[in-house]
Amino acid sequence: MSQDLAKTALYQWHVDHQGRMVDFAGWSMPTQYTSIVEEHNATRQAATLFDVSHMGRFYFTGSDVEAFLDNLATRKVIGMKLGAIRYSLVTDENGGILDDVLIYRLEELDGSPFYAMVVNASNREKIAAWIESHLSDDLDVHFEDHTVVTSMIAVQGPLANGLVTQEFGFNPDDLKYYTGTVVEIAGHRAIVSRTGYTGEDGCEISIANEAATTVWEAILAAGQEKGVMAAGLGARDTLRLEAAMPLYGHELSEEITPVQAGLGFAVNLKERQFIGSVPIAKAKEENNAPVRVGFALEGRRVARQGYPIIDNEGKAIGEVTSGTFSPTLEKAIGMAYVPAEFSAEGTALTIDLRGKRANATVVSLPFYSRK
Amino acid sequence: MKQEDLLFTQTHEWLHLSEEDGQKVATVGLTDFALKQLNDLVFVDLPETGRTLAAGESFGEIESVKSVSDIYSPVGGEIVDSNTSLSENLDRLSNDAYGDGWLIKVNVTDDSSLSEMMSFADYQKQCEEEG
Repeated sequence: MSQDLAKTALYQWHVDHQGRMVDFAGWSMPTQYTSIVEEHNATRQAATLFDVSHMGRFYFTGSDVEAFLDNLATRKVIGMKLGAIRYSLVTDENGGILDDVLIYRLEELDGSPFYAMVVNASNREKIAAWIESHLSDDLDVHFEDHTVVTSMIAVQGPLANGLVTQEFGFNPDDLKYYTGTVVEIAGHRAIVSRTGYTGEDGCEISIANEAATTVWEAILAAGQEKGVMAAGLGARDTLRLEAAMPLYGHELSEEITPVQAGLGFAVNLKERQFIGSVPIAKAKEENNAPVRVGFALEGRRVARQGYPIIDNEGKAIGEVTSGTFSPTLEKAIGMAYVPAEFSAEGTALTIDLRGKRANATVVSLPFYSRK
Repeated sequence: MKQEDLLFTQTHEWLHLSEEDGQKVATVGLTDFALKQLNDLVFVDLPETGRTLAAGESFGEIESVKSVSDIYSPVGGEIVDSNTSLSENLDRLSNDAYGDGWLIKVNVTDDSSLSEMMSFADYQKQCEEEG
């Protein structure tokens, strides 16, 4: 593996525990330790830990931050309550999606206010440059990238919050879904949020690098007998796909508008303007672009990103953006963009799987939601 | 089959040569290393018997949760047997790669690429490098 890949504070732990390391957006990250299916099922049935330190963590202070971020985000930042976390998109002037992000309004232990933003690892440099290009001397906005000095651990699954409570005396269940707070964990200041990317309940903990392995091992040890284990990026992908959460580079790109992506809920056009709001409003009105759908396939073959969806004459009418064999449903599932007339639940689709045609049916999203 | 008696390709197929009534027959499979790397198998697609393969031609696909890969025949010839029941018994493939997990048998007419195949020792070295 290339020597210049970035390493998280948990890198050595991953290597020592048979993590299969790959280059992910310039970071050396584990795809799996045992098996994707085993780690996937452990998340649904017990809990797992994911090292998500590769994700970009941005930190903002200053009196103009609220208005500054509001102008960059498809959802309102102005008026966010203390502790609120909002899923939002960052769009360019054409309404194309630069990234999907989480925006946090929090305060430090001493009460000083700040905003945080978590961005995809693959878009970190692009979004940092985008933010910097919109800073100016007459704005009181101070922006720092905390990615390499902090770690981020996602604890996901029905046992997740109980284990965190048991180990650190702070109960993430006290937070409403999609809120967060700053607390002291293992002697360090940490951001704990009730968020995740698996379709399960759980939390995410951002903490100084020197505390990462301690926190990771404590939660793991507390849950080991109950089937809690570390999980890699492979399970992270199958879990988010079952939960129908979009992934940048798959369902989202600069060529896709939020309207197409079915992310209308993540766009607030009401009485406000942000970068990209005018073209997004226009796209919403025209409403003629291909839309994101979920599908289930007959048979065990998997339709993967880029496979064409074809009509009776074999002409491509759409494209698969993500596909996998769902460990929970035990069938092949995926997401795709198709013209609106093919998007109704129950519509039959034909997908070209490397030269072989397979029958698929449009199904409602998500594929999985927890009880 | 003993791994020491097999030949290996860079793309992780193994080959066993035998002779039946003067006809060279090659049994082809996927290595244990490859199957462990794939892990989480969901599908294997194998050809019908009777098809004629060129040396180096893809004859099937193996699919895991994460990826799909072609399977190549190191030799040319007619497929005389195909272990198609594996698609219903993927455990047999992952648990016994060099035995019950064999994929196809070929009546060899082109064995010119055998000289490019690796011994078990050389293949092990490749696996260590791929780690």
